[in-house]
Amino acid sequence: MTNAVPSRLAPHLRQLEAESISIIREVTASFRTPVLLYSIGKDSSVVLHLAMKAFAPGKPPFPLLHIATGWDFRAMLEFRDRRIAELGYDLIVHTNPDGLAQGINPLTHGSQVHMSVMGTEALKQALDSHGFDAAIGGARRDEEKSRAKERVFSHRAPGHVWEPRGQRPELWGLYNTRIALRETMRVFPLSNWTEFDVWDYIAAENIPIVPLYYAAPRPIVRRSGMLIMRDDERMPLDPGEQVETMWVRFRTMGDWPLTAAHESRAETIDQVVAEIRVARVSERSGRLIDNDQDASMERKKREGYF
Amino acid sequence: MDRIVVHTEPPRSLLRFLTCGSVDDGKSTLIGRLLYDSRLIMEDTLNSLAKDSRKHGTVGEDIDLALLVDGLEAERQQGITIDVAYRFFGTPKRNFIVADTPGHEQYTRNMATGASNCELAIILADARKGVLTQTRRHTYICSLLGIRHVVLAVNKIDLVDFSEQTFDRIVGDWLTFASSLGFQTMVPIPLSARFGDNATQRSGNTPWYLGPTLIDHLEKVDVEGDTAAKPFRFPVQWVNRPHQDFRGFSGTVASGRVTLGDAVVVAASGRQSRVVRILGPDGDISGAAAGEAVTICLADEIDIARGDMLVPPTARPQVADQFAGHLLWMDEEAMLPGRQYMMRIGNLWTTASVTSIRHRVNVNTLEHQAARRLELNEIGVCNIEVKKPVPLDPYAENRTTGAFILVDRFSNRTAGAGMVDFVLRRATNIHHEDYPVDKLARATLDHQKPLVLWFTGLSGSGKSTIAKLIEQRLHRRGRHTYTLDGDNLRQGLNRDLGFTDADRVENIRRVGEVAKLFTDAGLIVLCSFISPFQAERQMVRDMFEPGEFVEIFVDTPIDECIRRDRKGLYAKARSGVIQNFTGITSPYEPPEQPDFHLRTAGTTAEELAEVVLRGVLPLIEG
Repeated sequence: MTNAVPSRLAPHLRQLEAESISIIREVTASFRTPVLLYSIGKDSSVVLHLAMKAFAPGKPPFPLLHIATGWDFRAMLEFRDRRIAELGYDLIVHTNPDGLAQGINPLTHGSQVHMSVMGTEALKQALDSHGFDAAIGGARRDEEKSRAKERVFSHRAPGHVWEPRGQRPELWGLYNTRIALRETMRVFPLSNWTEFDVWDYIAAENIPIVPLYYAAPRPIVRRSGMLIMRDDERMPLDPGEQVETMWVRFRTMGDWPLTAAHESRAETIDQVVAEIRVARVSERSGRLIDNDQDASMERKKREGYF
Repeated sequence: MDRIVVHTEPPRSLLRFLTCGSVDDGKSTLIGRLLYDSRLIMEDTLNSLAKDSRKHGTVGEDIDLALLVDGLEAERQQGITIDVAYRFFGTPKRNFIVADTPGHEQYTRNMATGASNCELAIILADARKGVLTQTRRHTYICSLLGIRHVVLAVNKIDLVDFSEQTFDRIVGDWLTFASSLGFQTMVPIPLSARFGDNATQRSGNTPWYLGPTLIDHLEKVDVEGDTAAKPFRFPVQWVNRPHQDFRGFSGTVASGRVTLGDAVVVAASGRQSRVVRILGPDGDISGAAAGEAVTICLADEIDIARGDMLVPPTARPQVADQFAGHLLWMDEEAMLPGRQYMMRIGNLWTTASVTSIRHRVNVNTLEHQAARRLELNEIGVCNIEVKKPVPLDPYAENRTTGAFILVDRFSNRTAGAGMVDFVLRRATNIHHEDYPVDKLARATLDHQKPLVLWFTGLSGSGKSTIAKLIEQRLHRRGRHTYTLDGDNLRQGLNRDLGFTDADRVENIRRVGEVAKLFTDAGLIVLCSFISPFQAERQMVRDMFEPGEFVEIFVDTPIDECIRRDRKGLYAKARSGVIQNFTGITSPYEPPEQPDFHLRTAGTTAEELAEVVLRGVLPLIEG
């Protein structure tokens, strides 16, 4: 190799990194008003890290967008604000004002209604009001079966509708980025990464992530076999329930009443990676919204879920 | 500063491979097996798999591994795979990305999509059925898309009692076909995806098989190739100009390598400069090789934009606006020559059109056929014209700089995928030489105006009979004539041409050119050829000046032609001895506006010849 500084990355991660950087650059080169959807999770953190590399020595030439549902972990919001301040990037935070006025929440309306109104609807509002024509997200194909066929450049008809039959074949790296008026594109630079790859990369690159990914004593309520962290007083306790302090960590980020923790003592990135390596359940098992119904992800995608 | 590296395993590379085969071949089961045995299936996934197996499964009480990979609701219910799905698994030695593609003919585009990004292909064959048409199709498409490493997975070997003879016979059949397709490695493996034999574990049931297990082979096969040894190609993706003091060109090195100080030129403009800085993902580096995403700074302020290509001055790609290439059509709306499409080649968007289809490739037989259009999932060898010259390499030499897509200008659908074969050095550099004795001079001497009488119609319709009568009468009137006859030409000028539709198109093209020379010589040229396609007749007509080409449609109903069958050809065609026979197994497109429409029923050849003669004499005698 002719590299002056030997790369710390395993060859397959270097390949994935190069591919992702190329995809992110392609968005900037091909769209008028792209945006990076920043969900504050580990995958978003990796995409942000790749975007910084893609445009160095400049800054990423697009803003970040966070859809706040009102039920984000407080630790996520603190992490977000600290990170954005450090980097000096533009951040847009949007919450669905209609849903807020109606008091939509996951506890009384259920995960489906809540995510539909405060997640999917809110995202469409933000994309429409700013006129974003391409949104970069951190979704991966290995997350879920219906994601396995998702394109890197995923075409959305007017109204952000995902039509399985309208998706374009992607040959070589020759992405078809052409869209008509009112159509948009969702772009997934981490399409070919696995959960292992993401964690290995975070470890190798020392990428900051929300502390909730690391084990700590936290206030936990056991509900329907799930460990739910009671992040504030809005969640009433059912009879017989009590808050106990447990050593837990989270494998994915989301709204706190909808995101289950698991018991863990993994306090460092290396311990987390070791734990993931021997895990026997998939990361999405901690997401309450995915277990609602068979093929639920495909339905949500058709409706415009990220 | 080095932190403790977590993965203690040796560095792993990434292998992208595709699996092709029909659902019955056990393709999904094989992928499920690889995922299952590599312990990548999580407990909650297994639970839902057990639930699904009872609901949709096809293997009774066993867990149906295929359900691990069949994703979308629609296909789970129909039991077919209708798109390209990507799967991920790894072993301590290597990480794998699997492009899972459907095998039916109507999904050729999906298979090509999967293959375009892969280095290796697993082609499945059912041991009970052997090498089928579809096995050949899959093998061909893999080779067309530039895959150089193939595995023939002879699956369900358990259902033929692990028979060595059966395996050997299938492998022999396959090698006969596949050996000429340019693969670097061809590895046949007998296996059972359902029970795991030779997939991830060596099977005790096939003691006669001494080769690697599938996973062994996937871990060890060397697919690196020589992209780093090829000439440097850097398609500029984006110009990075964050502030006045920095101007860099971002992109991914397509092939070769670049080092600080290297001289580079912009392929299209020929402007030259020198590399003074290279930024990799972690900052400044002294060089970069194929596959790396970098930003390159040059010593001089030369004009470079997205779509340009940086190359070495000593090993430049060709820059051309016309080339021949294979085109796979992917859109419901057929490709029509002459229609404009958006083309993406490298990072350049431009417009392009197919000027002609040299032939269509039958993906099942590899036979060349004539075609006027390419339908969904069809592959053609085409001449393509680009609006402005673009840098390109033959796809066989470079899978990045030799690939392109065509996009419908109105729907923006990705309509075609193409691979450059070679640049066409067309007439642009050849200038016409004028001679003082020209067509008019020669015709004046002969006291006639040159003319082409083009007879089209089914075999046995009476074209030659009528043409002979007309020529005799013209001759008697002192006119200089010549007849171009298909059979006669095939003994000389066209003796290299067969009877495939593609060769027929070339046959007509040559006839047109010869007719043109003869009219230039001042002659009246009579041509009788079936010439079934409007496009070719139009092509010939376009070679001549207005009024110089007369189309004569000899219209005899097919039933009458079959009844006459003077040469016994219809009988052979109907029994299958002759293929692609016009009117039987190949279409005839009647002229929409022929100059003469001769309905032969209820009249004689003499009467019809008279009709034509009366009509053309004024043209000849002026």
